[in-house]
Amino acid sequence: MPTYQLNINGESRSIEVSEDTPLLWVLRDHLNLVGTKYGCGIALCGACTIHLDGVAVRSCAMTMAQVEGKSITTIEGLSEDGTHPVQEAWKEVDVPQCGYCQAGQIMTATAFLKNNPDPSEAEIKDAMQGNICRCASYTRIYKAVEIAANKMAK
Amino acid sequence: MATQKTSITFSRRSFMKTGSLAGGGLIIGFNLFNACKPSAKPPVNLAELNYNDFNAFIKIADNGAVTIFSPNPEVGQGVKTSMPMIIAEELDVAWKDVYVKQGILDTNNYTRQVAGGSQSIRFGWDALRETGATARQMLVNAAAARWGVDPSECTTQEGIISNAAGEKLGYGEVVNEAAALEIPENVTLKEVKDYKIIGTDVTNVDIEKIVKGDPLYGLDYKSEGMVIASVMRPPAFGQKLESYDDTAAKAVDGVLDVIRFEDKIAVLAKDNWSAMKGKKALKAEWKADSKLESTEDHDKLLLGLLDGKKFQTLRADGDVKKAFAQADKVLERTYESPFLPHNCLEPMNFYANVTADKIHLVGPIQTPEGTAKNIAELLERDFKDVHLEMTRIGGGFGRRLYGDFAVEAAMISNLAKKPVKVVFSREDDMADGIYRPSIKYRIKAAVKDGKVTGYHLKEAAINSNMYGLIPNFFPAGAIENYQVDVAKYDSNITTGAWRAPYTNFLAFAEQSFFDELAELMEVDKIQLRLDLLQKVKGTTDERIQYSPERMEKVIKTAVEKSGWGTKPEGVYQGFVNYYCHNSHVAEVADVVLENGSPVVKKITCVVDCGIVINPLGALNQIEGGIIDGIGHSMYGDFSFLNGVPQVTNFDKYRLIRMKEVPIVETHLMKNEYSPTGLGEPTLPPAGAAIANAFKAATGKRLYKQPFSKYPDLLQGPEKEIIG
Repeated sequence: MPTYQLNINGESRSIEVSEDTPLLWVLRDHLNLVGTKYGCGIALCGACTIHLDGVAVRSCAMTMAQVEGKSITTIEGLSEDGTHPVQEAWKEVDVPQCGYCQAGQIMTATAFLKNNPDPSEAEIKDAMQGNICRCASYTRIYKAVEIAANKMAK
Repeated sequence: MATQKTSITFSRRSFMKTGSLAGGGLIIGFNLFNACKPSAKPPVNLAELNYNDFNAFIKIADNGAVTIFSPNPEVGQGVKTSMPMIIAEELDVAWKDVYVKQGILDTNNYTRQVAGGSQSIRFGWDALRETGATARQMLVNAAAARWGVDPSECTTQEGIISNAAGEKLGYGEVVNEAAALEIPENVTLKEVKDYKIIGTDVTNVDIEKIVKGDPLYGLDYKSEGMVIASVMRPPAFGQKLESYDDTAAKAVDGVLDVIRFEDKIAVLAKDNWSAMKGKKALKAEWKADSKLESTEDHDKLLLGLLDGKKFQTLRADGDVKKAFAQADKVLERTYESPFLPHNCLEPMNFYANVTADKIHLVGPIQTPEGTAKNIAELLERDFKDVHLEMTRIGGGFGRRLYGDFAVEAAMISNLAKKPVKVVFSREDDMADGIYRPSIKYRIKAAVKDGKVTGYHLKEAAINSNMYGLIPNFFPAGAIENYQVDVAKYDSNITTGAWRAPYTNFLAFAEQSFFDELAELMEVDKIQLRLDLLQKVKGTTDERIQYSPERMEKVIKTAVEKSGWGTKPEGVYQGFVNYYCHNSHVAEVADVVLENGSPVVKKITCVVDCGIVINPLGALNQIEGGIIDGIGHSMYGDFSFLNGVPQVTNFDKYRLIRMKEVPIVETHLMKNEYSPTGLGEPTLPPAGAAIANAFKAATGKRLYKQPFSKYPDLLQGPEKEIIG
């Protein structure tokens, strides 16, 4: 099996897996970074969202060849202690119900706000459209993104 | 208004036990579900019980730190936060000093440790308060004894006991003495006006871990030597395994073994991806052993049942036949719903390690006890060998009431002699479901002299019919001649509870029907509902548990808060009031036409669930229920062709997403009734609220779900003019 050098949350990790293994399962099963969730496996629910060179991508649809040499950030690496403004906003609004999708939601929101610090209502909704919340905590997700934008503007 | 109980009426000895902790401190163990039934007798000699025999605890350390073990499975309904809040209130400690842990599960002696039916808070209310108050009283008694004063002279505040002379002792300073005291026979509960924690906004106790991505869920659980099992099940309902070839599967890197059990084949691998690949490489032949059913067949069969005569009558008042014979006008309508998968975002999974001395089970389950019992029975093991740990649950919606995935894990582990975690792929999760069954309703009403004189509700369902008190929901009791009849077709497709069973579609049918009935009678839609409620006031029928008085207040509040009838041109409204899961709800949908199609802009919701424990959590449940209800009535569709589910992932199964979500404005009724649950009651009315508003906007009435399947009915008159 081939060996890959991955840069995950600022650390270099050497991984030996079959070449078709999606990044999601490398994170969860090989690196024990289980904050990134499995939801659909076809890049349609957003639960497995991570950052690849700062861009939100679905890790379930990323092969090793696509991610090697790039900077990968997972929910565990978003902040040292859960105090990224987006995480703070999530806590302030008390977004989660079951909570399973929320790491993916937070990763999508974080990458979005980095590029668009002062988003309109439509832009927030567009950005978050790809992430399913089965408990339908959408009104709070929306509010938390708004609050996070305000926090990051300060 | 209900008065609050100030002392308890049954012995706490039957569900509570106290003792001292090895490291110092007081522990109170109680069995919530035994406590919920005052008549329940202790199953064994209490003196011989271990603390493992209780499913909830308060631990007070000698430094005053309070740990509350929350007993119920947490599926996102918030009980891990709200149930300990109730204990902390009566214990009289500051919430910031409370540490909450998921309770140790004990299924050995008791009968109800379930997340379902929106009942955790309703059933737990008395027992949780009494437990907190008992602990507080014991601490007070210990302090009073030390001071040599009467306990009645002592007061408490945030974990500090004071006496009349102004002396103070912290809970932690007297716990060891308190632990040696008898359990007091009577305790006083707080008045609602004195609540400091109940009624305040408390953040989810797991919030920090959730936003950091800490391991919390079954899918995150790992143990030494654990292997992953990906299971191939019959592709069609009604099939059995004929033969299989695992040569290619076994050649996949990482695959460790392939094991057949029942009509299934498990691929065991060292990780998830290898297991999934191994399963794809399996070749299997299947044979039909019963009818391979299709949605088209179901539709005909169910309509046939509605047309037929083979019904079971669940409630019959007066004589509906006579009412119809004498009626001036009769309205009859049929409403149709599809099967629905649950689609919990965390796919089904469970860990099992079956060894000679123990069965260790870990995972997300709404019914830990029943599942553990099934497994013990199946493996012919002593139930006491089963040790089950509950993880946080990535969505339940009823799916995790069924422990099929846990049974599979145990069976595979038993055969493989290894710790095994069964993980469903999304495709497995959707195609091997225990679905909300397809149901059809036919409702017929008789109108005579401007009054509703007869009401006949018929249900035709796959596998099972409405149960419990549902046939006695509104308008039962309001109409002299009233009948509910049910019939079912037995299918080999597995079906079960789905968030707000039966009412999740029945509410749409009945509340659409009332609107149409009002149109036929040429009366105001809301006035019709209020008039019907008048007749229920003062009822002595114990089967009727909705309160006409509470419902009337909810309706009137919704009219006021939604600006009913005062909206500018172009805003169309739909109204629904509904009672289920012991809570009273009204919802008003505001809809506008965009490019000729109706779009839901806002839902105004009024809820009477009695005392609200945690408003922050309550609003989350209410909003989630409404949006879930809109999403499934708009988009939720699921069909079978020759026993095979026709969609298996989110590419073809549409769930509601951010852009389809309206503003939700919620108003909670303030009163002092005992609290009821919120996990389900706001979902059923949502579909009808939007359908009634769509009718106002487009002039077209919807009778079938999901609405998005009927685009012609989702076109307003504007479109026709433009076209």
